[in-house]
Amino acid sequence: MKRKRIIRRILVYMLMIFLAFIFLFPLIWMIASSMKEDVQIFRDMGSLQAFLPPMPGEIEGGYFENYRIAFERADLFRYIVNSLIYTSGIIIFGLIVNSMAGYALARFRIPFAGFWLGVIIATLIIPPESIFLPLYVLVFNLGWVNTYTGLIVPFIANAFAIFLFRQFFLDFPKELEEAAKIDGCSQVGIFFRIIVPLSKPVFATVAIVLFINHWNDFLWPLVVASDESIRTIQIGLQYFMNQEPVEWGPMMAALTVATIPMLLVFVFLQRYYVQGLTHTGSKN
Amino acid sequence: MSQKKRVFSKTKEAREAATGYIFLAPALILLSIFLLYPMGVMFYYSFTDFYILTPDDRSFIGLDNFRGIIDDAQFRQAFWNTVYFTVIVVPVQMAVALGLALLVNKKLKGRTFFRTAYFSPVVMSLVVVSILWTFMYNPSEGLINELLSIVGIPEQPFLTSPDQAMNSIIAMSVWQGAGFQMMIFLAGLQNIPDHLYEAADIDGASTWQKFLHVTIPGLRNISLFIFITITIAAFKLLVQPMIMTQGGPLGSTKSLVYHIYEVGFNYRDVGYASAMAVVFTVIVLIVAIIQRKLASEERG
Repeated sequence: MKRKRIIRRILVYMLMIFLAFIFLFPLIWMIASSMKEDVQIFRDMGSLQAFLPPMPGEIEGGYFENYRIAFERADLFRYIVNSLIYTSGIIIFGLIVNSMAGYALARFRIPFAGFWLGVIIATLIIPPESIFLPLYVLVFNLGWVNTYTGLIVPFIANAFAIFLFRQFFLDFPKELEEAAKIDGCSQVGIFFRIIVPLSKPVFATVAIVLFINHWNDFLWPLVVASDESIRTIQIGLQYFMNQEPVEWGPMMAALTVATIPMLLVFVFLQRYYVQGLTHTGSKN
Repeated sequence: MSQKKRVFSKTKEAREAATGYIFLAPALILLSIFLLYPMGVMFYYSFTDFYILTPDDRSFIGLDNFRGIIDDAQFRQAFWNTVYFTVIVVPVQMAVALGLALLVNKKLKGRTFFRTAYFSPVVMSLVVVSILWTFMYNPSEGLINELLSIVGIPEQPFLTSPDQAMNSIIAMSVWQGAGFQMMIFLAGLQNIPDHLYEAADIDGASTWQKFLHVTIPGLRNISLFIFITITIAAFKLLVQPMIMTQGGPLGSTKSLVYHIYEVGFNYRDVGYASAMAVVFTVIVLIVAIIQRKLASEERG
């Protein structure tokens, strides 16, 4: 009996290690290759060496030579800054606009509140992909093509974020607000001075969800920000793919660079993200 | 209540309503301009021959665009490609995600490492993953064929073959997305109370019976949530074929959204593209409504 259990445990571990390899090898290969010359990348491909960084003396110019070349070939720095402006613009305005809407729906007695909530939830079903053409025509007529305004403004209001905020504020203890009301605090004051400071977790969750969604955005930046000066990183990366011949090392370096901001967000803020996800998951 | 007091409370109510609308207004206005208005315009365009280069010469052509869709072989191909992608990805990705969640939910040493490993593809964007895998799938000098040759599997054409291209994209998509749903399943597993398993143990249930009668029912709500989100996400397939195959070979990976993008943006035929977008939206709505119905029936 005991022996059977040990064997089973070993089999489970072997399965888990095999799966870990399947899920990790592209990432490891990408990072390892980003430090190698193209010749080395191809030479190593048939062996375990493919997943290891090159030997110290093996590469001319050092481990970061490909990174230097990548930043030289394309204006990666500009693209990353653009992506950061794009995502942080949506996050900053999105947090303000959506939290206020969520609070109004959770706490104010307003006529047609249920109707507006229904409309907002209904918009969740509209796939953004289906309206990008008329949206582009609209943004074009507003003169916003190739501007940050055109990138950011259409995505500030977010039904999902409003919904998350509303759920959070509904669970918020009413006593605090009532006490503040008795002290003569206005409702605007209550929101900004009491609710917001006490709601950091939901603000963090929404900010991270927005960051991840929009850092990865592809279609909208592709159509609305065609100009080099405003291009985001996800669009800019294609430069390396469409080169003839492809420079593998610098391309791997560029892909790695594009992954770093997301990696940082997940490493430091994963807690909030998973909390938010499971919250919506169980509520639905 | 005295007359005076009632008047006072009425103005108070009015003031509360006004403040509420001020809070709500920015979101409602933005949603109306950038979501509802384009939605309406899309319906309007779909009945016109709007061509971007001649925006003033736009006339109403009734249902002609929709009649065109019926005879459009490219649309049909894109439609079935998208359906195929969705029908395979949804069950496979859910099964993989659940399997991974069950594995990392075991109280084994090093499970944090395994959880992080399975989640790691999520950290890479779809664009990064698509570019990376295009080169991994390269038939003659790609990593995957090199690895397969170690196990003795002959060289595969992957993205260059009409038979394998879509399946290759499916494999990559499942690999990239499963870790995300694993996390949600994991939270669901941890919400199932331990005493249910203990009770099953006392009744002498096997591992399989416990899975079937305790785990699966305990995950019902979360599974539905995951099912709906993966289905809709799968139907919006665009980035992978656009970057990896440009819809080829022989249109075998052209998706609906990709086709709409090409017709509307590259060929500038906004009227016809809008008609296809209307069809796409209606399909997504129908799927969402059916799933919601199923969800409420199972709950009721």
